[in-house]
Amino acid sequence: MVDTLVIPLLKIVIVLNATLVAVTYMVLLERKVIAWAQSRLGPMRVGPYGILQPVADAVKLMIKEDITPVRADKWVFTAAPIISMVPALIVYAVIPFGPKITLFGRQVSLYITDINVGLLYIVSVASVGVYGIILAGYASNSKFPLLASLRASAQLISYEVAVTLTLVSVILMAGTLSMVGIVDAQYNQHVWYVIAQPVAFVLVLIGGLAETNRAPFDLPEAEQELTGGFHTEYSGMRFALFFLAEYANMIVVSSVVTTLFLGGWLPPFPNTPALHFLYAIPSWIWFFLKSFFFLYVFIWVRATLPRYRYDQLMRLGWKVLIPLAILNLVVTGIVKVMLM
Amino acid sequence: MAPETLAFYAFGAVAVVASLLVIAQRNPIYSVLLLIASFGALSGLYVLLDAPFVAVIQIIVYAGAIMVLFLFVVMLLNAPHEETEYDERVHPLLRPGPMRFGALLALVLAGELSWALTRSGDSGRFPAGAVASVRAIGRSLFTDYAFPFEVTSILILVAMVGAVLLARREGRG
Repeated sequence: MVDTLVIPLLKIVIVLNATLVAVTYMVLLERKVIAWAQSRLGPMRVGPYGILQPVADAVKLMIKEDITPVRADKWVFTAAPIISMVPALIVYAVIPFGPKITLFGRQVSLYITDINVGLLYIVSVASVGVYGIILAGYASNSKFPLLASLRASAQLISYEVAVTLTLVSVILMAGTLSMVGIVDAQYNQHVWYVIAQPVAFVLVLIGGLAETNRAPFDLPEAEQELTGGFHTEYSGMRFALFFLAEYANMIVVSSVVTTLFLGGWLPPFPNTPALHFLYAIPSWIWFFLKSFFFLYVFIWVRATLPRYRYDQLMRLGWKVLIPLAILNLVVTGIVKVMLM
Repeated sequence: MAPETLAFYAFGAVAVVASLLVIAQRNPIYSVLLLIASFGALSGLYVLLDAPFVAVIQIIVYAGAIMVLFLFVVMLLNAPHEETEYDERVHPLLRPGPMRFGALLALVLAGELSWALTRSGDSGRFPAGAVASVRAIGRSLFTDYAFPFEVTSILILVAMVGAVLLARREGRG
């Protein structure tokens, strides 16, 4: 009873709450880092160095008036933010934050579940997330959100192909689809896949930026052309849900890249006996450090690179990333067969 | 009741009700959304059948890819309400041409369904792990079923070439 019901429920509660807190602080971190990149201070008023800014933001968004446009499709308009948010949260079910550990004399795994199709599950849930954006644009019954949502969905579908094809080469390397299995494979093969699969790493990182609609691929939210994007007509908490979903997806992409390419919870060079003192740091801290690094990269990229033009974005997706992904897959397959 | 049975009835109810509403809806966008809900429920049923791979593929292929295209088409055609060319009071079998054919197909389907439902029970169990493991599915797909698999892929290729050709011709004319 305790093992099958209480502990999983407890883990779900912890992961969901931690995600939401992390998401709100991601917003603050982003504002701070971009401010520093531009020689500003960023939020400084609420609390020391603005660390209570997320609380103020949350309160503001919750007490704001919630407007539904008169000509909007009410059901779909209400459902769209929910459809965006749910996939962004349920992905965390298969992300391994650490291995099995002993806690209060009980074996506890630091992941909610480990299914044998874990990576495919992530791909499938991510592919459902696009509905939130399409439906938000459609239901708003307004031209700019519709244009933005068409852009967003075309972008998501294009980059999904490239990312999924690239993931196949990682699966080939690991020989398993389970997220825990992929980390174990990196331990057993004595190599992080960022070294064994550098092309795949870059492709997944670029694809991840595009799939989360982040700069330099944030065309769906191009303020100058589209007055804000697919969520223009949304206000208050419903707008906040889209925002939360975007940041939750960033955390998902960072965690997935960490798991697939940086050995998840493993310390650097896990098999080198000279570096075994690194195991003194708990596994989940390694995981968070690596994920945090990628979250920082997301913000860093946004502060550095200008936005792509739409045709450049499509050309990059279909004519560069997808052929590269296929080539990488073929080479990985040939090398794997030759080594066998 | 066991949790599995409860989940089965819940998913089953969602699948049946959503599917019925798909054809009862006048707004095509709602029909598409309900069809997605129905696919989601089917995927839940596959999980209950110990076939997580099939469940996930159901979501990736149908909910994630095909239905997105459906939604695009419906949105871009901008048809808020279905328009019928024929008088709705006339019985489907008495309507002209393609409608009559559709009604005929519906009759055949109803016949097949009732035949399948009256047939007694078990179609034989899969050996344990045969549908659960991606490895086992891949192996049988590329050994025992290699020929049908390749034929299907050629069929899809032909369909794709055909679609491109049709789109091209329209552009030229």
